[in-house]
Amino acid sequence: MTALALEPMPRTSPLRRLSGVLYRHPHLLLLALLGPPILWLGVVYLGSLIALLLQSFFSIDEFSGVVNREFTLRTYGELAHPANLDIIGRTVMMAAAVTIAAAAIAFPIARYMALHATGRTKAVLYLLVMLPLWSSYLVRVYAWKLILAKEGIVTWVFDQLGLAWLLDGILAIPVIGGPSLSISYIGTFIVFVYIWLPFMILPIQAALERVPASLLEASADLGAKPRQTFRKVILPLAFPGVVAGSIFTFSLTLGDYIIPQIIGQSRIFIGQAVFIHQGTAGNIPLAAAFTVVPIVIMAIYLFGAKKLGAFDAL
Amino acid sequence: MDIAVRFERVSRHFGEVRAVDDVSLEVRAGEFFAMLGPSGSGKTTCLRLIAGFERPSAGHIEIFGVQADRLPPFERDVNTVFQDYALFPHMNVIDNVCYGLMVRRVSRRERHGRGAEMLNLVRLEGLETRRPSQLSGGQRQRVALARALINQPKVLLLDEPLGALDLKLREEMQSELKTLQRSLGITFVFVTHDQGEALSMSDRVAVFNKGRIAQVDTPETIYARPATRFVADFVGHANIIEPASAQRLAGRAGTFALRPEKIRFAAGGAMPETGWAMTDGQVVAAQYHGSHTRYEIRLTDGLVLIAQRQNEAEPMAASADGRVRLAWRLDDMTPLGPDSEAPP
Amino acid sequence: MRSRRKARAAAEKKPAALTLRLAVIAGLAFLHIPLLLILLYAFTTEEKSYQFPPPGLTAKWFAAVWERPDIWQAVGLSLKVAAISTVVALVLGTLASAALWRFNFFGRESVSLLLVLPIALPGIITGISLRSAFSLAEIPFSFWTIVLGHATFCVVVVYNNVIARFRRTSGSMLEASMDLGADGFQTFRHVLLPNIATALLAGGMLAFALSFDEVIVTTFTAGQQSTLPIWMLNELVRPRQRPVTNVVAVFIIAVTSLPILGAYYLTRRGEHIAGGSR
Repeated sequence: MTALALEPMPRTSPLRRLSGVLYRHPHLLLLALLGPPILWLGVVYLGSLIALLLQSFFSIDEFSGVVNREFTLRTYGELAHPANLDIIGRTVMMAAAVTIAAAAIAFPIARYMALHATGRTKAVLYLLVMLPLWSSYLVRVYAWKLILAKEGIVTWVFDQLGLAWLLDGILAIPVIGGPSLSISYIGTFIVFVYIWLPFMILPIQAALERVPASLLEASADLGAKPRQTFRKVILPLAFPGVVAGSIFTFSLTLGDYIIPQIIGQSRIFIGQAVFIHQGTAGNIPLAAAFTVVPIVIMAIYLFGAKKLGAFDAL
Repeated sequence: MDIAVRFERVSRHFGEVRAVDDVSLEVRAGEFFAMLGPSGSGKTTCLRLIAGFERPSAGHIEIFGVQADRLPPFERDVNTVFQDYALFPHMNVIDNVCYGLMVRRVSRRERHGRGAEMLNLVRLEGLETRRPSQLSGGQRQRVALARALINQPKVLLLDEPLGALDLKLREEMQSELKTLQRSLGITFVFVTHDQGEALSMSDRVAVFNKGRIAQVDTPETIYARPATRFVADFVGHANIIEPASAQRLAGRAGTFALRPEKIRFAAGGAMPETGWAMTDGQVVAAQYHGSHTRYEIRLTDGLVLIAQRQNEAEPMAASADGRVRLAWRLDDMTPLGPDSEAPP
Repeated sequence: MRSRRKARAAAEKKPAALTLRLAVIAGLAFLHIPLLLILLYAFTTEEKSYQFPPPGLTAKWFAAVWERPDIWQAVGLSLKVAAISTVVALVLGTLASAALWRFNFFGRESVSLLLVLPIALPGIITGISLRSAFSLAEIPFSFWTIVLGHATFCVVVVYNNVIARFRRTSGSMLEASMDLGADGFQTFRHVLLPNIATALLAGGMLAFALSFDEVIVTTFTAGQQSTLPIWMLNELVRPRQRPVTNVVAVFIIAVTSLPILGAYYLTRRGEHIAGGSR
């Protein structure tokens, strides 16, 4: 055995002493770790969120335009105004339509990624879905302004195929049509689906990823036709994933104000209403009351989703 | 004799669970001390209390006479070999081994000199630059050992260090650890659930049950004189003779343990001698184990005894119908105390 | 024979039906063709409209962008905001994940919910909350109000990546380090940090990409200053030189894609990039 004596431990270092104190008082360590993020998120974020919600119980003086800081439910009463109900209804319908379309497009991709692709293909597919999810929201919205413009590629493709009459026919449909695709609800709808699609693909893929291959084997082995396996095995297992994805598509559509502003009609959505009331109109209480709408809708939605077991797929 | 580790009425509670419950214990300097018990019996928590990963809820711990209750792990002259080895995956073997010296700011040259010595000691020369992921289980175990020993701890703690190894390697490491401990003269505290390991390696064994110590003694005494029914059952095999049977068979009051190999097969006409108990029974099952055979024998009152017999040349004195006469020394019946039960 | 066939089928996944393949290809084309079109439009000679096909191709718009001080200013601001928000998010996200990993305390669930809230709720809610709080507290808009907003939703990205790594890190490694004589800070430096380094890098890169690209919250917290996405939004509402916007769009795609690809390669073993919406 070595005869070298071990150096005395450096007990004097202040960091070491501090470390000893934190050992003896683990609560101090927890406080040191949790303090800064909680201060930031709790005070800055939660604080402003609560302040905003409180302001929805204030009202605005119709003549002077000054915020009256007294508790009232009048502002919420204003939400029930037909014009505002119209905005809320339009937004919810759009969110529902977007969610359904996104699920329909996302499902085959997610199914292929989870149940068929392997190795490199799978990695590449994953990247192809993930890149648009994380990158360039605004640029991707902008891309559709190019595509849907009257002189853009969609019109050109329809012309080349000799289907210009069809496009005109679609645009002539009342309500959802318009002078061009980029000034119509159809355009808004397409862009919403496009932007939120990755948010739908990944949860469904995650849910299907947990389907063991042996289960599909078993189903086939028991004599189920592919169609039956799909209906009785794959679809029920994918459902929590669809619900999880729909949380994103629904919530994001409810709150977005950029997309309908760039691609769409003059009739507005909740997000735009919030933006207008807090900005040009200076009616913070009404804007705040409007933000409560998506929060309440999402709370109900999340409660339902939890019952359906969607959170396991997140 | 110096006391390496002293527990004075130590408890460690996790919420409602009393992982360690009012344990007092002395580990002597230089001994190989085993903590034996089933999982959840508190032995590992005791080890973690010595290392400083846990702090006692009540009671005091001394390490070589120094009160250690408030000492963080990095200020205790105690090192640990972890069950999963806990090697640092981002460091190679030599950096793993020299970690303790590095954080003490020993120069790189001296560090590597002593690291090489340690690798020599555990016979891992030439693997300095390997990563832990490139080593076999046995090699990882040796790296963990070298890493813990380089700090020249006063006490080395080993948490089921052989659990992950296969049988042959485990037997090899058992004798190696024992030799190492003798030559270094360091106190080893060894946690295991394997009674064979505890008996064969240690100077003394503490048997844990439900957060308490059921018995502390030498392996010989633990085996020959188990203090409680739990110890008798957990260490080796034992026939437990309940008070009614004990009264009838041996004329004694109390509950007793009787090891299977202490039971002799007497000749058919043998008569009881003083100091012996004798009874008749019927062999209901026999298991051949190579060096010995184990018999299940049903006595006339329905009690079933396990008896074990070395397989020697002479045949067993049993009649054709499997009737046997059994005899054992009254001294071989060990009186059992009550098992400690956690207080309500 | 039958059992062998079954064994093979279990080992390899079945090839997909043709209709499924077509649906996948169509879906992915839908996701990516728009981005390719932007690349094409960055070279168009048509200045006044989005005419397709472009009447001619030119690279002069890249030079035009080079000479626009307003764009450079916006790029500079965006880079600065993203860098500082990322640093703040790295510190706060790592602290939070360490606390939630090592400790079991009352209100743990609420804390993890609080961390996710800024990206779980639509960005407009975060934005308008911060804006009205600034106005209540009479804080003037500045560089720091933008950072405040961005760091808030970047924390969760770092948190998600780091805690995923923590969960795969054996706690006994920290104990081993302390056991060998390293105090808490030495343990952090020599053991913990090397083990979470790539997760930190990945989380940081994603946070950077998220911040660099953010527009919804920024419109509420920026005042008069223009980050690159704000500049872009103004161009979309009131177009001036369309091809210049296209070039900037290509630039944004590049700047946000590279860190995302990097983050993917850093965490591909065992962890998906943990995150969520914006």
